[in-house]
Amino acid sequence: MAEAVVDNQVQKKKKDIAFFRTFRRLVKNKLAVFGLVIIVLLTIMAVFAPIIATYDPIEQDLTSAELGLGSEGHWLGTDNYGRDMWSRLVYGARVSLVVGITSVVIGLVGGVALGLLAGYYRKLDGIIMRIVDLLFAFPGILLAMLIIAMLGTSLVNVVIAISIWSIPGCARIVRGSVLSVKKQEYVLAMKSLGASNSRILLKHILPNCTAPIIVFATMRMATSILSTSALSFLGLGAQPPTAEWGAMIAAGQDFMWSAPHMTIVPGIAIMLVVFAFNVVGDGLRDALDPNMDLGK
Amino acid sequence: MEQLLQVNNLVTQFRTAEDNLTAVRGISFSVNKGETLCIVGESGCGKSITSLSLMGLLPSNGSISSGSIKLNDEELTSKTEEELRRLRGNKMSMIFQEPMTALNPVFTIGYQLREPLMIHRNMSKREADVKALDLLNQVGIPDPKKRLKQYPHELSGGMRQRVMIAMALACKPSLLIADEPTTALDVTIQAQILDLIDDLKQELDMGVIFVTHDMGVVAEIADRVMVMYAGEVVEVGEVEEVFNAPKHPYTKGLLASVPNVDDEFHQLESISGSLPNINEKIDGCRFHKRCPLATDQCREQSPPIFSVSETHQSKCWLQQEVTENDKSTATS
Repeated sequence: MAEAVVDNQVQKKKKDIAFFRTFRRLVKNKLAVFGLVIIVLLTIMAVFAPIIATYDPIEQDLTSAELGLGSEGHWLGTDNYGRDMWSRLVYGARVSLVVGITSVVIGLVGGVALGLLAGYYRKLDGIIMRIVDLLFAFPGILLAMLIIAMLGTSLVNVVIAISIWSIPGCARIVRGSVLSVKKQEYVLAMKSLGASNSRILLKHILPNCTAPIIVFATMRMATSILSTSALSFLGLGAQPPTAEWGAMIAAGQDFMWSAPHMTIVPGIAIMLVVFAFNVVGDGLRDALDPNMDLGK
Repeated sequence: MEQLLQVNNLVTQFRTAEDNLTAVRGISFSVNKGETLCIVGESGCGKSITSLSLMGLLPSNGSISSGSIKLNDEELTSKTEEELRRLRGNKMSMIFQEPMTALNPVFTIGYQLREPLMIHRNMSKREADVKALDLLNQVGIPDPKKRLKQYPHELSGGMRQRVMIAMALACKPSLLIADEPTTALDVTIQAQILDLIDDLKQELDMGVIFVTHDMGVVAEIADRVMVMYAGEVVEVGEVEEVFNAPKHPYTKGLLASVPNVDDEFHQLESISGSLPNINEKIDGCRFHKRCPLATDQCREQSPPIFSVSETHQSKCWLQQEVTENDKSTATS
């Protein structure tokens, strides 16, 4: 009898792989679905940019400069050099996504490594966390500007700057998780079976910390994309004529009255994407929280 | 019988902000191959710390400050962390109280069963999988093939404890330390797990150290019993000797506090007072404050260990009188 009940549960659980379970819970959150749609659209834009874009993003056509929204052949208008805004927006998505993903990945690798070491080895904890505190003491964008000032302006250096800026936050989150996971009895049980510290840390503790890391990475994407734009806006990131949203806003500044769409269009794009990553991150946090009952 | 484990004058201390706390105060005992030694005592008397000391798994602020632990004539206290790691799970293993928390929730049973085999036997994943199946069979888990692919939350408490036992015994250790492995299980499952441990003990000719505070379990499984109180061994003996003729007042108290269902007029007795604080300084016998038979001698001098018989010892002044009386009757 009891065996049958267990079997039944097993049947149900089979389909219940963690990934799909999380996804199903995420989809229940309408805002998160909205965010997810925007992220998917952004990804499609970035991947298929050459197909989607209607013009070359850096091709100038001074005969059709500063066309407004809805103009013939240029539904998002053109900028002061007559470049098609839609095509620039599409190629800009590429820059945002690539910089966002690479900087988050590099930041995660560094942050997870430091967080694991700090959380597991008490002796390293003090040193690592003080360095992290030091990095935290700088306002993020200033830290990024400082790094770029040292390395020079380019998109690659923006990636480096934002990666370094992502490390402390990630390290703190991972350390916190490791501190709670390493107190669990299964860690002691693994030690009693003769597992080495590195094995315990990488094979047993890290997989138990994935939920906060996933949430952090998603939220961090939003910050990274925003900072890339901010740095480019300040002239520290993408250089003209590269199509980059922040740089596009900066270029449009002088034409606020004659061609407001030059600033508004990339501005809305940044806003939507940042918003999308934030709500998806929020949704993931709820979906990954085992204590949260979303009404099944 | 061949001796497996020999512990001499083991002292385990913990560093705290104020001073060093002594959790285990110079205990000595031994375990033979194929023998079950039960360590009993109330919570906080040093049972678990003793077993963690043997495994070399003390928390980072704890350390063995003196004494020796010999497993198969190898001294463990002088070994490096890496040498100890090679022994753990291989020559000595441990199972824990809470099967609910002692398995990693994010991995399948199969993944976790492979771990000790891959660590100590250098098996490939495939070899380890085959062996894991054998192990699950050995610990009596039905449909082991299916179980290997399941996660801990899909198994009942008894099943999980069987998996824990399978993991601990994967490399056929010569010493198994079981720290209250049945406390979290219900009584019928408890009996099954005890039988399982006993069967496997005979099969693998292991020595078993079984930590518990349940006298019923002791009667079921033990060959010998060691009673601990406040970090000291107060009485050791074969299980019949200790149960039929307990010598130390603390052991008597423990046995009197076990309910008896056969005797309807049975009055459940408790030992008055509570276990002293770990850092409390107590002159004389550490039990005298709670002992109904304490004398002035008990309050001033700590008793040595007196032999009741070859196998039975008690750390109580009362035993001295008995021993001396015996001697005088023998000579007169």
